[in-house]
Amino acid sequence: MKFKSVFDIIGPVMIGPSSSHTAGAARIGRVARDLFGRQPDWAKVHLYGSFAETYKGHSTDVAIIGGLLDYDTFDERIKTSFEEAKNAGMTFEFIPETGHVDHPNTARIVIGDKDSEMSMMGISIGGGKIEITELNGFPLRLSGNHPAILVVHEDRSGCIANVANCLYKYDINIGHMEVSRKERGHMALMVIEVDQNVDKEVMEDLRKLPNITQVTRIAD
Amino acid sequence: MEALFRNVRELVERAEKEEKLISEIMIEQEMLMTDRLREDIMIQMDRNLTVMEEAVEKGLKGVHSVSGLTGGDAVLLQKYRETGNTLSGDLLLDAVSKAVATNEVNAAMGTICATPTAGSAGVVPGTLFAVQNKLNPTREQMIRYLFTAGAFGFVVANNASISGAAGGCQAEVGSAAGMASAAIIEMAGGTPQQCSEAFAITMKNMLGLVCDPVAGLVEVPCVKRNAMGAANAVVAADMALAGVTSRIPCDEVIGAMFEIGQSMPSALRETAKGGLAATPTGKWLESKIFGGAVVGSGQ
Repeated sequence: MKFKSVFDIIGPVMIGPSSSHTAGAARIGRVARDLFGRQPDWAKVHLYGSFAETYKGHSTDVAIIGGLLDYDTFDERIKTSFEEAKNAGMTFEFIPETGHVDHPNTARIVIGDKDSEMSMMGISIGGGKIEITELNGFPLRLSGNHPAILVVHEDRSGCIANVANCLYKYDINIGHMEVSRKERGHMALMVIEVDQNVDKEVMEDLRKLPNITQVTRIAD
Repeated sequence: MEALFRNVRELVERAEKEEKLISEIMIEQEMLMTDRLREDIMIQMDRNLTVMEEAVEKGLKGVHSVSGLTGGDAVLLQKYRETGNTLSGDLLLDAVSKAVATNEVNAAMGTICATPTAGSAGVVPGTLFAVQNKLNPTREQMIRYLFTAGAFGFVVANNASISGAAGGCQAEVGSAAGMASAAIIEMAGGTPQQCSEAFAITMKNMLGLVCDPVAGLVEVPCVKRNAMGAANAVVAADMALAGVTSRIPCDEVIGAMFEIGQSMPSALRETAKGGLAATPTGKWLESKIFGGAVVGSGQ
């Protein structure tokens, strides 16, 4: 089931005009910022399908930048996000693409600063609901509705067990988990959706585990 | 987590068997699936209801979108209604004007509550605040109206689609109208089965509706489609209350909506390439608004 809550249907409270092209777009931008862990200095946003055709009319561009500035769907500042970004020193560019994608409302957000760069693909599936389908080349499915932990790790045996054990120690229940890798023995990614928010202590413990490269969390 | 219902049949059966309202089944499912307290869920829906009230209030004072394509019609409709000399009747025009008010606010980048989407956000509140004057519900009954609407929307979203880009306007305003119609039935004291009939009758009359927004804006024809979605919902509710039933079961109507959406060409699914968007006037408006640039040509 893609839609789990009645508030996916009656909601979100949002700035118009489109739940998929404005509110969903803002949410995609905000998850990208969450995953990056801070406000990026620059953003390159590739738009596909209906996003590419109608982004100006729906303020999809304005909404994505609002999301990158950490604004929620109902934040009035979404309307002036281009100016806010300028004031915050963030540069951005929108690139409408013609290539085929699986979902008509798709955006690829590439963001970065002097330290690092990140690429994320998100889709807006209707009513403001979104899914993250790719992160730095890793395919994944993340609803953004639950708190989640993303663990980049070496593809070695025991990694998954160690992470699961650590969460068990803190009595954190795993709602959904996905594991993927690009190539055997190289870099891999764990996506763990959990039932409650994860505090700093847990994050620190996860980082100390062997063969773990990076740990990020997305709050509910 | 297993849902309490996956389709309308299961929803109605459970409501009948447990002798509960559809809204109650939705609330119980929400508690179960999101592990939240009833009180918290009711408070959140109460807040959504307040947003809807504020949007209608704002729209009835008169708003205009940046493009200038929409705005002010809610005011015209209310003034006309106040003359007391209308053809389609007071409640219907009240619902229509309040649906228009909400969507005019949405088009003007105001704050609204998506039901189930922003482009279709007028139908559920428009009908609610019109029926309110007739049925004098309590605040809780008004909140329950949204849960009943939500229960049907939940089924559509999971079994078909509520996205115009995926399924056309039938998936957005069509779903919203069906949701509103079912919610009216519960508030008016109808049975869960009558809710299902009302949804089916409404949705049947929305099938095939394409998503063809002029210049890609959620304005033309979206605002007026919300008006007619509201009218459709109210009339279908009256039909179901009169005892009229749908020959095609509700879930099969939803299935048909999904199939039609799948076979709809992409030009008619929120790409602003076909239908009204592609008419000479639609094209002219587009070039006027975007200064001659074609939408999607980049910056």
